[in-house]
Parts: sequence; C-alpha cells; structure tokens
Amino acid sequence: MKSMKVVVPALLLAGLGSGALATAAGITPQSMTDALHLVLDTDRTVYTKLIVNRLQNEEKVIKASEHWKEDKALVLPAQMFRAGAEMTRDKGATFSYSLLSLWPVNKQNKARTDAEKKGLQYVVDNKGKNFYAEETLGGKKYFTAVYPDYAVVPACVTCHNNHKDSPKNDFKIGDVMGAVVIRLPLDS
Amino acid sequence: MKTPQHLKPWIAAIAVTLALTGYFGWRLLGEDRLVFTPGNMTRGHYQIELACDACHTPFAGVKQEACIGCHGARLAASNDSHPKKKFEDPRNADRLEVLNALQCVTCHLEHRPQQTRAMGVTLPKDYCYHCHQEVGDDRPSHKNLAFDSCASAGCHHYHDNTALYEDFLVKHTNEPAITTRPSVPLRNLGRALHAAGVGGKKALGLADQDAPVGQANTKALHEWAATSHAHAGVNCRDCHQPKDQPQWIARPGHDACNHCHERETKGFLEGKHGMRLAQQNLPPMTPALARLPMQPDAHDRVLGCTSCHGAHAFNTRTAAADACLGCHDDKHSRAYEGSPHERLWRAEQSGAVPPRRGVACATCHLPRTIHQQDKGDTRIRVEHNQNWNLRPNEKMVKSVCLNCHGLGFALDALADPALIANNFNGKPARHVESVDWAAKRVSQPSQGVKP
Repeated sequence: MKSMKVVVPALLLAGLGSGALATAAGITPQSMTDALHLVLDTDRTVYTKLIVNRLQNEEKVIKASEHWKEDKALVLPAQMFRAGAEMTRDKGATFSYSLLSLWPVNKQNKARTDAEKKGLQYVVDNKGKNFYAEETLGGKKYFTAVYPDYAVVPACVTCHNNHKDSPKNDFKIGDVMGAVVIRLPLDS
Repeated sequence: MKTPQHLKPWIAAIAVTLALTGYFGWRLLGEDRLVFTPGNMTRGHYQIELACDACHTPFAGVKQEACIGCHGARLAASNDSHPKKKFEDPRNADRLEVLNALQCVTCHLEHRPQQTRAMGVTLPKDYCYHCHQEVGDDRPSHKNLAFDSCASAGCHHYHDNTALYEDFLVKHTNEPAITTRPSVPLRNLGRALHAAGVGGKKALGLADQDAPVGQANTKALHEWAATSHAHAGVNCRDCHQPKDQPQWIARPGHDACNHCHERETKGFLEGKHGMRLAQQNLPPMTPALARLPMQPDAHDRVLGCTSCHGAHAFNTRTAAADACLGCHDDKHSRAYEGSPHERLWRAEQSGAVPPRRGVACATCHLPRTIHQQDKGDTRIRVEHNQNWNLRPNEKMVKSVCLNCHGLGFALDALADPALIANNFNGKPARHVESVDWAAKRVSQPSQGVKP
C-alpha cells in the first residue's frame, strides 16, 4: 500500500490500538483509515447502545427524533455521526467520513461514486470484510475505505423497519445496514 | 508659443485622462460612489450600496465571510437545508463542478437586476434539478412536476424549510383556519434585564429626575415618568449622559439604547431600518431613500430607535403600528386599516378582546422570538431585524402565523399575492397542496418510496 504523509500524530494512532498499524517506515492509508474507523465505530456503538437504545427503547425516558431540536429529543445515531463528520471537517481535517447505505432513509446517503457502489455491495455480500479502493474525485486522488455498519441494538432495526422513507423493512439485529466510508487524500 | 500641430491630439488625450482620473478619484473618495456600481442592487442590499467595503474586499472580490457575517446567524437558526458543510465532502465534488454550493455568490449575484428573481437568486429557476433529478423515483406524486416549481409553489425552499418539511406538514394536518386559542407570545424583556443585572432599581417619579437644569422640558418629563423606564429606575442621565460620557447628549443615538437593549439594537442594525447605521460613513436611512412607497410628508425623517418608539414616551403600542403607518404607504400598509388584523388590534387596545389577540404591523414583521435559556427558562423578545422572517414569506409561518392560524390556511394565505396586498381581507384564493400530499403519503404508503 502506498505510503503517505498523515496529519494525525503517529503516537495518537498507536494509542488507538489498531493491529494493522504503524511501522517505523510510516503509516499506510489503510492502517490510518482502520484506526479512524475503530474509534468512529466504537463511539457510534456506545451512543447507540448506552444512550439511544437504553433511554428510548429500554428505560423509555426520552425519544430519539430526526427533528430532535423541534421535538426536544435525542439526536438519532446517524445524525450524531454526521454531525461529528461535519464538525471534523470544520476543524480542518483533511480526511472525511460518511455513513451510507444501499437502503438509505435519506436518499442523499445512497452510494454515488463507483467506489461507494462497489464497496457497499461488497460489505453486504462479504460479511465481516472491509473494502478498499483508490478513486479520483474533483481532480483529487483519494484512498477510500468502506466498513460494514451493523444493526447492533433493537433501536436500529425498529426505527429503520418502520420509517416511511426506508426502502427495506426486514432488518434484523446483526445485519449489515450500511457502511462507514472514510476518505484520505493521497495527493499532497 | 504655438503648440505644434502633431502634439495637439496627445495633449487633448492627456487632458481627458487627467480629467477622468480626477473625476473618478473624487467619486471614489467621496460619499457617492454610485458611478462605480455596475447595476442596481437587490432590495435586500440597496440601502448600503454605497458601502462597497461591506461586501467587497479590495482586489479579492466578494468573500464568503462578507455574506455569512450578516446572514449566517439566520441560516443557522433556520437549520439551513443546504449548508456549506453538506457539500464539502469529496463525494459531492462532481456536484460542485455543476453548481458550486460552497459560495453564496454562485446563486446570488449582485448588480444583475435583469436576471435577479425572487430571493435575489440569479440562477435559472430549475436549479434543484442538478441534485434532485431522481425525486420522482421516490415520490410518485412529484414525477411530472417541473423543476422550476420546487421553490416557487409554496412547497420547498433552498435554505429555510422549518415550516415546510414533511413531518411538520403531517403534524399540522387538518388544522382550522383560526386555532382555538389564538395568542401572540408575551415578551418578557423585564425578566431578561433583571437576570442580566440591569434594572430592578427603585421606581422613579418626576421628583427624582436628574437632568441638568434647563435640559428637560415638562412634556418630556411627564412622558418619561409614565414609562417602564421610570418604573425600572432608569433616569435621564442613564441615556443622556451615560457613565462614559462627560457631556450631556441632547439626542442620544442607538448606542444609548444598546446599553440595556443590546439584542434589540443588534436586530435594528441588521434590519432594513438600521443597516445603514451599521456601516461606517453612511448617514441613517430615511423614507426618501426607500424603494417602497412612503408617505410624502415622511421623506425627511431619520430612522433610529426613537423614530418609532418616541424619544421619551417609548410607547411600544405606537411603535407597533402607528409608527409604521406614519411612513409606509404601499398597498399592503394602506389596507391594514379596516383589515381583520387591525380590527383585532384596535379591539385589544379598547379592551374588547383579551390581551395578545391583536395583530399590529410589528406582530408579523418584528416578530416575538422565543429563546431557550438554561434550566428550561425562555426569553421572548422582539426581533427588530424584519429580514428575520420577511422573505421567503413562509419563514413567517412558524414565527408568527401559527400563533393564531392553522398551517394549511397560513400557507394558502401567504401564497396569495392579492390577499397579501389587501392585508388579508378575505380568504385565500390559492391552495398549496403540500399538506394534502404529505398527509396522503402517510395514510397511503403506496404514495411513498416503498417499491
């Protein structure tokens, strides 16, 4: 895998504990996206399990709503993830990430680029495996990694199966519902 | 000495060049720089068209920050449907090549009166097509709709859809034209000032006034003594000679008001009445400068806080309607008198209807906005920037109309130009179908996205 300059200090990445990570020769794009994904996926799972599923589905204290501000409700896990992605960009990150699906509630989150289309289908067809590719977008070259996103708690499947805009209504716990797509620019 | 014949054209050319340089230099350094504007500005910006630097950075064009500096807060408050951050992801690079949604000036070019349409948009009306051409696949009801109708039929807007999104429409389906408990929110400025450590002092009477000898007249003092200023312990010098001023100021400007009414002053300076004052070197707005029809005898009035509120009476009821009509002379304003809203307003003044039922000009155009505070407390204050909900007029739905009217009625009324012109004297002649469609989609899932 092509080596590259990275903006995140190696020590920080090493602290993330990715098995594929960091040799003395440098950090590969894949090791970096794997490390980023580990953190993103963990935080996403924690929010979904400990906040949304616990408070909404188990203890029934507060609801999560797409219109969270209007409804004075919890932010949906997908919105939490997207808000983080946008704030990360605002802070000047050179990498980017998004949550996409073959069955998106919001149609703007369906696969658009060739790498996204191939990657999303790949992680659905090859459960447990990730997809890596290089692609050129807007004249810039990117390393694009696609990671499966699973239904981890009942809140995921009940919400998506019952949403009027969901094209799929038979999700089960453990299913791949979508994918986290992380991009690193390869050009300096 | 006679000038050689062959030098005469050169001398003439140099003389003309010097004259033009001098003329344009004089205009550039002077107050009237209109000669440099390539075309009339939109109605949102013309008040400050001579403050070129408000938008233009020398040798760098119009920077995005200039737009966001004035419009960013409102866009954020309205949960902008198409914020810049949505397009910064590289997966949208192909879209940006077609339409650079990262820059306001992609859609809103100034000085282009011939191609400027509603909302100051200078793009062709079917711009939604570039990203939403497949909408018919998800929404059968949208299949044969023209893309130039998305943002002009009362259904969608590019930025502000706070009262137009589908779940909101569904939630407000089948509402009556007038709700069962119509009521304008009660402002609680006093509580806000008290919490901020302003006010709460001993109430003052005529005997307590602290104006220097010869500076106050009886009428002014009596007007002041009846106000909430006097009741809250605000004395003459608090406005006319604040602590940082060594001299008595006979006619304090908005800076004096700003000491206590910071948010209101900020709104005023952002709005059509005060935006000139917010610029350096521009004199205040006057009705003579307005593009809307104004009362002939009002043309020379100078707009500041006291032009509407009065210098000492500070009667908010006068400021809410009569002050407006003292200048505004367009069809909508003239039709206010005798309109259902005006009748309610006068009835409230006479006590014939309960408080907060009347609708003045300010009820809609300087709306009372609700701001969440810590510990569940709310502040309700008057937004003095009328641009806050003026256009597109559906921005008014949530902040104003729904206080008294059902959503369907409000959308229909705002889509009827004739009804707006006669100040809502009658029933809407137009019908916006979005509420019906949203309700139908929920009740009949086959209208939705499921294959």
